[in-house]
Amino acid sequence: MPHSATAFADVTASDSTLRRFLHGLPGVDAVGLEARAASLGTRSIKTTAKAYAIDLAISMIDLTTLEGADTPGKVRALAGKALNPDPTDRATPRTAAVCVYPDMVAAAKAVLAGSDVKVASVATAFPAGRAALDVKLADTRDAVAAGADEIDMVIDRGAFLAGDYLKVYEEIRAVKEASGAARLKVIFETGELSTYDNIRRASWLGMIAGADFIKTSTGKVGVNATPANTLLMLEAVRDFRAQTGVQVGVKPAGGIRTTKDAVKFLVLVNETAGEDWLDNHWFRFGASSLLNDLLMQRQKLATGRYSGPDYVTVD
Amino acid sequence: MSESSRLSVLKTYKLYVGGKFPRSESGRVYEVADAKGTWLANVPLSSRKDARDAVVAARKAFGGWSGATAYNRGQVLYRVAEMLEGRKGQFAREVARAEGLSKSEAALVVEAAVDRWVWYAGWTDKIAQVVGGANPVAGPYFNLSTPEPTGVVAVLAPQESSFLGLVSVIAPVIATGNTAVVVASERAPLPALSLGEVLATSDLPGGVVNVLSGKAAELGAPLAAHQDVNAIDLTGADAALARELEIAAADNLKRVLRPAEAPDFAADPGLARLTAFLETKTVWHPTGSLGASGSAY
Repeated sequence: MPHSATAFADVTASDSTLRRFLHGLPGVDAVGLEARAASLGTRSIKTTAKAYAIDLAISMIDLTTLEGADTPGKVRALAGKALNPDPTDRATPRTAAVCVYPDMVAAAKAVLAGSDVKVASVATAFPAGRAALDVKLADTRDAVAAGADEIDMVIDRGAFLAGDYLKVYEEIRAVKEASGAARLKVIFETGELSTYDNIRRASWLGMIAGADFIKTSTGKVGVNATPANTLLMLEAVRDFRAQTGVQVGVKPAGGIRTTKDAVKFLVLVNETAGEDWLDNHWFRFGASSLLNDLLMQRQKLATGRYSGPDYVTVD
Repeated sequence: MSESSRLSVLKTYKLYVGGKFPRSESGRVYEVADAKGTWLANVPLSSRKDARDAVVAARKAFGGWSGATAYNRGQVLYRVAEMLEGRKGQFAREVARAEGLSKSEAALVVEAAVDRWVWYAGWTDKIAQVVGGANPVAGPYFNLSTPEPTGVVAVLAPQESSFLGLVSVIAPVIATGNTAVVVASERAPLPALSLGEVLATSDLPGGVVNVLSGKAAELGAPLAAHQDVNAIDLTGADAALARELEIAAADNLKRVLRPAEAPDFAADPGLARLTAFLETKTVWHPTGSLGASGSAY
């Protein structure tokens, strides 16, 4: 990623230059941001547009299981579902990826090898991120060695909130290097960053450090992806591309459970970042139960009857 | 202050879905008049999406309600009767207007409805003994049948009997552990919407009963075709609609209750409605005395 190193060399020269840059970003108008996100959420998406949105949303899902109780069997089942979400309708698109803990990457890869469904692995002492850098890098290398196509890292929120931006920056650079060819998603855990200004700063910090994706949250705290914080991050990737020519993806994760929610996010993407991001290479949903709701809505559109949880898999 | 100088406080009737009182998602309302045609209130004209939301709420409530002990369900239903008793006056007024009855006639109807509710509350922990039991089998097994609730039941409430009829179709459904999506009488929905207020304040978990006002024909079709509704009660559908809904319900193997003739809700209800939405679960269990083999557990 030479772009960030060169274009922002002056910014990342020292802790104080980085701080000056991040604190020099325009402040976020919280009321305006939330009003904008809410108004975009009122769009009515029906019939053929809805069918398109549902299929697009399914193809953007990082089907996720991040539980202490994950077993290889559960991961295999989930990977099977990613390949064939609705066995009664082969025209259903596949999900973008399966997202698991590093030790489950091999189990997922065994099912998904040779398909276009990626294996994403969380790493760097997910979800807290409270570990030494060496441990985080080893975690990342493990996941990549096991075959992960994508790495979802968490930033050190403690360092970020303490104002130690350079430490966060260098950590992301190091993980990026350890990830090698795998695409790197950087999780900010927006629910822990307290302010919209911090989310904007974290977004730029992540992108400067070479993130391929910026991701809202781990799904493990009270506040996860919201339309407002996702809108803010979409503005950041749009502005970053305008300034550097480099496109970065966005992944809201956690709390998106219904088709209606997912469609609202797609409207945000289209209206903020633009059509270039309406593709699973650039936009993802970190979700698990969302897929079942999308499938039920898809069945409703196909048959005219409301479907129910008895007609999709339990996971 | 004289009576006439006081501004009237008109009630906004709302739906009862998932323990909350939403307006119709569609934003529509329609006018409800009394038996003589005088305007009474505007009530929500529910859409199929309201029906869908109500089914989601009913499904969510089913696990907890069907898993509650029969004794506990009886207690909760009895509590509902207590609350109804306290609001007899309001219901009598609403019933009198809706059905064109005199004050005293309406009061009798409401009392009959409260008694009906108490009667069903008493059945919650007795129905299993009556319709379940130990079956004689030719083998060293206990063979036990127990009634289990069917699931989410869509109820088209009777069009004419706006309160006694309503109570007579809702109480048996939930007494046995089902959850209900009720479409109130189109012409006289006010007692049903007020019943929602009573249910909300009487320990009944949100979502166990959901009350929609609107057209039976508009709401019946999506409910009958809904894959996540396990049964439908067609009491409030006319012959043509009932036929159409029965066909739609057959498509997804719904259990259907279609009364042969207009029921007389003043008569002894019997067990027909209690057993209409029950499934029989039969389990086999070794007795422990395996006879000829000589082995025992």
